[in-house]
Amino acid sequence: MRRAFVVAKKDLMIEWRSRMLLVRVAPFALLVLVLFAVALDSEPLILRAAAGLVWLAMLFSSLLVVQRAFAIETDDAALDGLLIAAGEPAQVFFGKTIAAFVQLVSLAVLLVAGAIVLYGATVSASNIVLLVTTMLTASLGLASVGTLYGAAVANMNSKDSLLPLLAMPVAAPLLIGASRATEAAFGSQTIDAAAGWAWVALLAVFAVVFVSAGAAAFGTLVEAES
Amino acid sequence: MTNAAATPVSGTATSKGTATTATRLIGAAALALTAFVVVSAFWLTPADAVQGESVRIMYVHVPTAWVAYLAFVVTAITSGFSLARRHRTLGFDRVAGASAEVGVLFMAMTLVTGSLWGRLTWGTFWQWDPRLTTTLFLFVTYVGYLAVRNIDTDPQRRARRSAVIALLAVLEIPLVHFSVVLWRSLHQEASVLNPDGDVRLDGLMLFTLFAGVVAFSLIYVWLVLHRQRLAALADARITTGLDAAIAARRAEAASTSGAGA
Repeated sequence: MRRAFVVAKKDLMIEWRSRMLLVRVAPFALLVLVLFAVALDSEPLILRAAAGLVWLAMLFSSLLVVQRAFAIETDDAALDGLLIAAGEPAQVFFGKTIAAFVQLVSLAVLLVAGAIVLYGATVSASNIVLLVTTMLTASLGLASVGTLYGAAVANMNSKDSLLPLLAMPVAAPLLIGASRATEAAFGSQTIDAAAGWAWVALLAVFAVVFVSAGAAAFGTLVEAES
Repeated sequence: MTNAAATPVSGTATSKGTATTATRLIGAAALALTAFVVVSAFWLTPADAVQGESVRIMYVHVPTAWVAYLAFVVTAITSGFSLARRHRTLGFDRVAGASAEVGVLFMAMTLVTGSLWGRLTWGTFWQWDPRLTTTLFLFVTYVGYLAVRNIDTDPQRRARRSAVIALLAVLEIPLVHFSVVLWRSLHQEASVLNPDGDVRLDGLMLFTLFAGVVAFSLIYVWLVLHRQRLAALADARITTGLDAAIAARRAEAASTSGAGA
């Protein structure tokens, strides 16, 4: 597991030095929030849809994060070197998932703050634990799915158009679960906190399934490229 | 140009096409049974007491849905074999791909016929009911799988990569289904009508439906057999096509220089 953290640290250091998350992904995510508000053009409607819009913006932004995570590996066939250095492909998968997870959690914080400021969403003190747990479990699921499918399309000619087509249907349960749990945390009339926790359980199952599947399949996917 | 390269490569007795006696028999049986289903569905069976004439869509809708699910199960199983075995992996891979192609086609027909029936019976083309939503995600998932298969690469690499994607799809579907069921049940919207409808099937209707399922299954088998043979020829053309093309050009050069002298 130590090697996974080394891989994660490497990815995050590259991210920190290039500031890609800060100058490109974060502004894009906020822009999506603004564009949703403009397109829907109704304040009660925006408030009602706030949770879903936050997670849609997360889904779109996560694709950018994942594309970036594999762009740095496919240049100069760096992935081959990384696989040799890490020993096991699963370690590389864990490392890249951890790095994506850290970035996605910070994006989620930004987007939830955006929903509170721009959409007027409110979080009562009793719901903060639910909201934070949702953000963590959903980000982990999204990071593992993104890393898995990012590896699947890395080195393909048309990877930029393929990744959304492959990853988005898979992330559908996550989108549904995270949106509903966040809606509950925002104090919706239709979903209470107990139902919100039921959705968090689904998110946790999703994360466990795709972290395990990724660890098992990553080797086959990246070896097939070389 | 392409024919010249493909013909010497095929290496089988059936250089005229991908048909064999078996596929011709299956094709003929499928055709005859389909003809019966058409006649029976339109003229012999009665209209439903509640749904009227629109019930006849069922004779296409149910068999196409059955074939689509069958095709995806076959894709999953053959992908598993393709990944697990050392030998004949490409054979299993080609069946997986052929089956997924036919499955996507039939799933599209299921969605279209279902929407038309929904418009007539429910008054809307689409209901966000768990089964419909899952089916839609299933369809998009396999469209993505086919997109991965379509990328130009050597067959071995394609086989491993697409097998992993197909097996991940198997993992995804229960999660999608479960989450969509939970999603709908928490919303508690009044459903317009039970998705199954309330169709009373008499003997001939049931028999026609059953004949439709058998006929479409035969069409599926026929299509997959042809499609995977075609894929085998295409793969052979990639792996040995270059050698054949070089040999053909050499022979051409020899013959023209011989004629010139």
